[in-house]
Amino acid sequence: MLVLAGISVAFFALPFAGLIWRAPWSKVTDILSEKSVGTALWLSLETSLITALISCIFGVPLALLLARVNFPGRSFVRALATLSMVLPPVVGGVALFFSFGRRGLFGQYLNDWFGIRLPFTTAGVVIAQCFVAMPFLVLTVEAAIRQLDSRYEDAARTLGASRLYVFRRITLPSIKPALVAGVALAWARALGEFGATITFAGNLPGTTQTMPLATYLALESNPEAALILSMLMITVSFVVLVGLRDRWLGRQRNDLVS
Amino acid sequence: MRRFVSSVMVLILGLIFAGCASADDTTTSLHIAAASSLTEVFNEIGAQFLRDNPDIAITFNFASSSDLALQISQGLPADVFASADVKNMAKVTDAGLLEGQPTAFATNSLEIVVEKGNPLHIVSLAQLTTPGLLFVTCPIEVPIGRYTAEVLRNAGVTVTPASLEENAKGILTKVTLGEADAGIVYRTDILAAGSSVTGVPIADKINVNPLYVVGTLRDSHAKEATQRFIDLLNSDQGREKLSKFGFGLLPA
Repeated sequence: MLVLAGISVAFFALPFAGLIWRAPWSKVTDILSEKSVGTALWLSLETSLITALISCIFGVPLALLLARVNFPGRSFVRALATLSMVLPPVVGGVALFFSFGRRGLFGQYLNDWFGIRLPFTTAGVVIAQCFVAMPFLVLTVEAAIRQLDSRYEDAARTLGASRLYVFRRITLPSIKPALVAGVALAWARALGEFGATITFAGNLPGTTQTMPLATYLALESNPEAALILSMLMITVSFVVLVGLRDRWLGRQRNDLVS
Repeated sequence: MRRFVSSVMVLILGLIFAGCASADDTTTSLHIAAASSLTEVFNEIGAQFLRDNPDIAITFNFASSSDLALQISQGLPADVFASADVKNMAKVTDAGLLEGQPTAFATNSLEIVVEKGNPLHIVSLAQLTTPGLLFVTCPIEVPIGRYTAEVLRNAGVTVTPASLEENAKGILTKVTLGEADAGIVYRTDILAAGSSVTGVPIADKINVNPLYVVGTLRDSHAKEATQRFIDLLNSDQGREKLSKFGFGLLPA
């Protein structure tokens, strides 16, 4: 078993080792001090954090609905909510055009009635990211709610606590590890999002050019810069993911033990 | 446990070797890496090649010339590389991966691509500066982006794009779906898109004509078959097909 686990660790570690090995370290400061890099990184952080927040606001209620309420067509809704995980992102981007584009099913009314255009805007980037990233949060949180012992919540209800109070004081704290993991997954997926973004939101520095887009396009012209940009993205994600685990999940687990 | 692990290892190794073995076949197979704008015409020329040479299997790998140049330098197994510009071919030649020198076999030209039926009545490059008009192009690192910049400079027009797409197909998709109003792409792309978009010609004196170049890769195992393919490309039959798909021909 240890051997197999070792192989999978090596499988994940090797590509990063390859990047570190090939990265032109002497040019790091030159490349990172370029203004366009800062712009893309900032836009990436901004949009992926907004995506994580939106996923949380809309995803948790959806997870609650899927886990707790037995309504007809529930498995259909669950499949629908996870469909974007298996869809090739570029196809997802085209589907977003057909729905939210200025000729789309819904987008045409946004455009005609309110003059709102989503493609080629930063809001479009967030839409594309939410579409591919939110399922990660919904699935993680739903699984956690299903495993919850509902007797604590029932007890609180019989003692006169309101539904919202129970949710805030009992449900939410008990699913906290899963919620944090779900947010982290959704955020990470949003940060790395490429296909749906370049299809639906396009690519314009400062408006829709996120780090993955900048990195991919740099590969055409300046492969060295692309390597450095990848390293930067990896560092940022790694710091956040490791930090999250230790700070939130680590402490939570100790609480449960003690 | 140990037995389980070793049987899994054996299984994996077995699959790897099986994969290697099946790649080695008795018939000659020709791997052609070609610029995406050549997709339609190469499929037809490939069909002709198969009729002429039934003993040779042919596989195409269509992608942007710059992606292919990168993949070839990373060891993509291919026999022929057909690039939509000289610059990306030079990357392969400079790396010493080409057998001899590349040869030019066709040219292309640019056209303005607009939504089907040209609802905004665009007839000139100057109209692309209309406020609110959504113009999409590619970064100058991508050949079509560089040529677009050149054409706009020739026409003395400055346009602010709404997006810098990955490749010419990205521009075409956005215009086809009506999400962008206009772009500049290869004439052959517009022809291949059929009735889903409309093309507006650009005057010859400000247009650019990128050269398409082809060459045999040094590590090819089928150099004789490769030469036969390149010969077909330059034959009357091949030129007729290139012309049918909107490519410009070089003097024979």
